[in-house]
Amino acid sequence: MNPAPDDQTRRATAASEIEEPSSAQTPERAPPASQLRLLGWARKNLFGSLPNTILTLLAFWLLWEILPPLVRWGLVDAVFSPAGGAASCREATGACWALMGEKNRLMLFGVYPYDQHWRPALATALVIGLLATSAVRSLWGRWLIWAWAVCLAVVGILMWGGVLGLAYVETAQWGGLPLTLGLAILGIVLAFPLSILLALGRRSDLPAIRALSVGYIELVRGVPLVSVLFMASVMFPLFLPEGVSIDKLLRALVGITLFTAAYLAEAVRGGLQAIPRGQEEAADALGLTYWQKMRMVVLPQALRLVIPPIVNQFISCFKDTSLVTIVGLYDLLAATKAALADPDWRPFFVEGYIAAALVYWSFCFFMSRYSQWLERELAKGSRR
Amino acid sequence: MKIIKTVMAAAAAAMFAGPALAGQTFDSVKAKGFVQCGVNLGLYGFSAPDDKGNWSGLDVDVCRAVAAALFGDSTKVKFTPLSAQQRLPALQSGEIDMLARNTTWTLSRDTANGLNFTTVNYYDGQGFMVAKKLGVKSAKELNGATVCVLPGTTTEQNLSDYFRATKMTFKPVVIEKNEELNGAFFSGRCDAISSDASQLAAIRANESPNPDDYVILPELISKEPLAPAVRQGDDQWMDLVRWSGLAMIAAEEKGITSANVDQMMSSADPEVKRLLGVTPGNGKALGIDEAWAAKIIKQVGNYGESFERNVGKGSKLKISRGLNALYTQGGLLYAPPFK
Repeated sequence: MNPAPDDQTRRATAASEIEEPSSAQTPERAPPASQLRLLGWARKNLFGSLPNTILTLLAFWLLWEILPPLVRWGLVDAVFSPAGGAASCREATGACWALMGEKNRLMLFGVYPYDQHWRPALATALVIGLLATSAVRSLWGRWLIWAWAVCLAVVGILMWGGVLGLAYVETAQWGGLPLTLGLAILGIVLAFPLSILLALGRRSDLPAIRALSVGYIELVRGVPLVSVLFMASVMFPLFLPEGVSIDKLLRALVGITLFTAAYLAEAVRGGLQAIPRGQEEAADALGLTYWQKMRMVVLPQALRLVIPPIVNQFISCFKDTSLVTIVGLYDLLAATKAALADPDWRPFFVEGYIAAALVYWSFCFFMSRYSQWLERELAKGSRR
Repeated sequence: MKIIKTVMAAAAAAMFAGPALAGQTFDSVKAKGFVQCGVNLGLYGFSAPDDKGNWSGLDVDVCRAVAAALFGDSTKVKFTPLSAQQRLPALQSGEIDMLARNTTWTLSRDTANGLNFTTVNYYDGQGFMVAKKLGVKSAKELNGATVCVLPGTTTEQNLSDYFRATKMTFKPVVIEKNEELNGAFFSGRCDAISSDASQLAAIRANESPNPDDYVILPELISKEPLAPAVRQGDDQWMDLVRWSGLAMIAAEEKGITSANVDQMMSSADPEVKRLLGVTPGNGKALGIDEAWAAKIIKQVGNYGESFERNVGKGSKLKISRGLNALYTQGGLLYAPPFK
C-alpha cells in the first residue's frame, strides 16, 4: 500500500492551484494518477484513510456475497415462463416469476369478473395518466379540475357499469390495484380540504369551533387506523336497523379519510404557525375578509412550508390502504395473498410479496420525488 | 386486538340479548333473490377465489347448496370475504345471511354471540407432523420435543394444555407467519409442527421437499368441528341451512351423485324417494320446492363429491376422509332421517 496517498494528493492539489494561471506556458502533462477521474475519486473517497479502507473492503465483500446469489436467484436460475406451471418452479433453484404470469390478473384486479378486467385496467390507466398530466406545471390550469371531474365520472362508469351495455359490478367485487389507488387517491383528495378546515378551526377564535376541531383531531389521533376501520365496518352496522347497510367500500373510504384528515390537520397547523403575525395583520389592514386572507395570504405560504410532512402523510395513507384487508376488501396486498392461497404456488410467496412491494414502492417513490421537485419549484420566488 | 374483541363481544351481546328478531331472514333472502354468504378471504379447499375470481371450496359448496335449495339455482350466491375478526359481527349485524368460514362450533359462540350453528361440514382437529426419520409413531413420544407453532391462536394454548395433561415437556418455537413457520419446520429447526390436521395435510402435500418423508401423527389433541352458522331468531332459515348440508350427506349415504341423480328419481327406495321429493312433504315442511334436495345434488353434488373435489383426492390437498367419512365407514357423518 502506498504509504502516503494523502500527502501526494495534497501536493498535487497545491501544485495544480499554483500552476493553473500559467498553464498556457507550460507543456501539457497527463495528470498524476491521484487526479485521474475514477481512480482519483476512489482513492480519495474509498481508501482515504484506514477506517475508510476497511469500510470499503467490507462493503465490497458484502456486495460480493449478496449480489451474485441474488442475480443467480432472481435472473439466471429463475423461471419466467408460466407454461410449465408450478412444477417447473419447484425444480428450479431460482425465483419463480412464472407466478406473476399465472396470477397477475388475480393480484391486480382481485375478484372483479374475469372477462371484464379491461374495465378496471382502463380506469387505472386513465387515473395514472391524468395524475402524470397534473404533475406537469406548465399544464396547470382550471381545465384540470374539469378533466378530473370527467375522469372520475368515466372511471365510475367503467368500474360500476350498469349503463352503456356494461354489466353492473358491485363494489364488493372490486379489488387489487384499482381499489388501492382509488382508496388512496380519494382518501387523500377528500382528507386534504377537511384537514385545512380542521387546522384553521383549531386556531379559530370561536371557542365552539376550536373545541370541535381539537376534540376531533385528538380523538382520531388517539386511535390506530385499524380500530377506525373496525369501527367503520364492524361496529357501525350493528347500530343500523337490519337490512339497511352502507357500502363496505364507502365505509372504509370514510374511515381512511377521517383518519388521514386528523393527521394532515396537524401538519397544516404547523405551517400556519410558521407564518409571522405581521402577514395576517397586513391582510387585515388591507380589509381582506377572513377567507380572502387565508386563501390569498396565509395558506399559500403555509402549505408550501409543510410540503414534506404533507407528502409524508400522503405516502403513509397510500400504504395504510393495505389495512383494509382486515375488513374483507381485496386491496393489492390482500389480492396477492389470495393468489398465494393456491397450494401449488404457496411456496413462492417471496416472489409475490416482492411484486406487490415493487408496485407500492414505485408509487411512493414517485410521490416523494415529485414532492421534492415541487418544493424546489414553489421556492423559486424566495431563492437567492 | 383483545380489547377490540371484548368491546365488540360486549356490544353484540348487549344488542342481541333482547327478544330475537322475528323470522325475517328467510323472507328477506327469498325477496332479494340471492344468499349473501360470508366466507374466508382465501383458504384453499374451504373458500378461495381461483385465478378467474370464481369461488370454490367446501364452505363455498354449502352456500351454493342453500341457494340451490331455495332458488333452484346454485349460482344465486354473493360471497362476502371476511377476516377472522369480522366474521361474527358481520353475521350479527345482518351484513351476511349465513357464515361458512371454517368457524369452530363452540358453546360461547352458540350462546353469547347470538349465533346458531347448523350441521358440521368438516371435523378438524389439531395434530402433529414429524419427519419420518425421527421414528416417532405417536404424539405420546414427543416428550422434550421442540414444536413449531403459530402464536396467539388457540393452537398454542391447545399445545401447552396437551403437554401439561400428559406430563410431558416441550419447547415451543413460536413464529408469526405461516410461510416462515413451515420453512422452520422443514429446515429442521423443530422436531414437530402443530396445527389443524387439514392444514398439516396441505403443508405436507405442497410445501415439503418430499411428502413421503413426513408423517402426521394419529392423535388429535383438540376438537375443531367446523360448521356453517346463522343468526339466532329465524328458525326457518336455520332449518334450511342445516338440512341443505344434511341432504348432501344423506345423498352420499344413499349413493346418489350429481351424475346419477336423474336415474335415482325413479328409484324404488322410499327413503330416496322422500329425499329427492318424488314423495312430497319435505319441501313443504321447509317452505321450499319439493325438488330442493335433487337440485342440490345435481348442481353441487353429494358430500363425498364436494369433499374429494375441494380437499380430497381431486384437489391439491389430498386430505383423506378420516373423521369426515360416513358413519358406516368409520367417520362421524350421519344424517337424520328425511321424513
